[in-house]
Amino acid sequence: MSLKVTAAGLMSLLMDAGRFGKASLGLTQGGPVDPFAFELANHLVGNESNTTAIEVTLGGLSLQAQTDCVVSVTGAGLPVKLNGRDSPMWRAFVVRAGESLELGQPESALRSYVAVQGGFAVTPQFGSTSTVMREGIGGLNGNKLQTGDLLPLGKPQRLHSLALAEPDIPAYSANPVLRLIPGYQFKQFSAVNRALFFASEYEITGQADRMGYRLKGQGVAADIQGMLSEGISLGAVQVPADGQPIVLLNDRQTIGGYPKLGNVLSLDCTSLAQCRPGTKVSFEAISMEQAHNLLHLHRAFKQRLLEQLEPVDA
Amino acid sequence: MSRYPHIEPAGEGALILYLGEQANEQVANRIAALLPIIGRKLGSALVDLVPSYNSVLVQYQPLVSDHFQVSAWLQEALDTPAKEDNKQGKLVELPVYYSEQSGPDLSRLARQAGLAIEEVITLHQQGEYRVFAIGFAPGFAYLGEVDKRIAAPRLATPRKKVPKGAVAIADRQTAVYPAPSPGGWNLIGLCPTPMFDPNASPPMPVQVGDRVRFRAIDEQSFIELGGKLETFE
Repeated sequence: MSLKVTAAGLMSLLMDAGRFGKASLGLTQGGPVDPFAFELANHLVGNESNTTAIEVTLGGLSLQAQTDCVVSVTGAGLPVKLNGRDSPMWRAFVVRAGESLELGQPESALRSYVAVQGGFAVTPQFGSTSTVMREGIGGLNGNKLQTGDLLPLGKPQRLHSLALAEPDIPAYSANPVLRLIPGYQFKQFSAVNRALFFASEYEITGQADRMGYRLKGQGVAADIQGMLSEGISLGAVQVPADGQPIVLLNDRQTIGGYPKLGNVLSLDCTSLAQCRPGTKVSFEAISMEQAHNLLHLHRAFKQRLLEQLEPVDA
Repeated sequence: MSRYPHIEPAGEGALILYLGEQANEQVANRIAALLPIIGRKLGSALVDLVPSYNSVLVQYQPLVSDHFQVSAWLQEALDTPAKEDNKQGKLVELPVYYSEQSGPDLSRLARQAGLAIEEVITLHQQGEYRVFAIGFAPGFAYLGEVDKRIAAPRLATPRKKVPKGAVAIADRQTAVYPAPSPGGWNLIGLCPTPMFDPNASPPMPVQVGDRVRFRAIDEQSFIELGGKLETFE
């Protein structure tokens, strides 16, 4: 009862929703940078939201079924081939024992998700199966998938096979405006620096990974001499001495000592994490109340989508 | 900004509570005492608490609570008198094999400080250190503060690999590397006690707020305690 990795791709990681409550040990949260696509992938095959699936960065993953199973692929759009035949995304389908599932390269965006009915049966570490390569924690052995790995399957929770209606398939924005909740040392950036930051366009550099996205553009600086390291939450925008902002994501260090302007809304962290180096982004300030309203609206939207999923013959 | 405590937003699901301008014993005691109280106030709305030198990052579920409610809970926590025994943390003793063989920067640090190697070792052992923060890597505990005389800046060029157990000094902080990693701290010895073991319970011998003392051991005791001599770059 397993899937065999016949090609691992650039970076394919086993993960559940993330590792929470372990920052006091220095362990980061990990988990999907696109939680919506991750959750949908699980729901389409009848899994609970927190079931272990695979995040595939830039495609290239190939799996061979050792047993019949029901699979879904979501996230960044890419060609999906089942034994050479085109297979749809955002829709559950059956993979028979011996058949191969191949993910091509996404035309745009970066991260796709592969879920299997019953999930991957991986032993959690510190309460989570999420792989964090920097820590060597989670997944099969703390590492990304390797060609030849056997991924054991769990017991199906529900035998659902569902599809997301075509119009509901999310589009990833090409040049996202990242909504930022001012916070942390925001008040210690001068009015001029803040204005420059929100008025400028920033380019994603090559140093962009699950830990953080380093941007290039108008430099900004806080009026702070030295700072003590402090806890870092998702989406924090820190500004090191060179003045170039870094947006910190799921695999961020748990503490750090650079001044921070605030945090990008989680929904926009996803948009950012789906962008490639070279992409231009900008920032817009929102209040905490707006942020919470957006999260509640998003929850309602997601709930409606989940209720509208269509059963498919699988 | 000069008034403490004060609270700042840290994204849609977190507030950060600042307890003082500097890290010191008083602030560390306050943080250690506050953590369990904050935990109880937030209950199931709590995601994680990240204590550090002069702050506590309080992460909560934004779909379960909000910043008004969490701020109010934090204010209540600040107004709750702390139990005396929650403030000090436990005292943990860590054995260290100090030598030029196990601490490649020991002789340079002594020379720069104008001290004998033995004096550096004595001064490092004399301190009782506070665990101010844990981070950088799983199990990496920032301990402070070392005697001014043995404080030393980070290396201009960090080592590509510092071995597990390396006892190190950077400025007025000291630490034990929990796992092999790159690092720019000055290495003065090796500690055989694992600082992070995913399979142990608890996985770390210390937590933020605890106190640490170092005790010199010889090579034989180091080996007997499970230590492994490493080669250094």
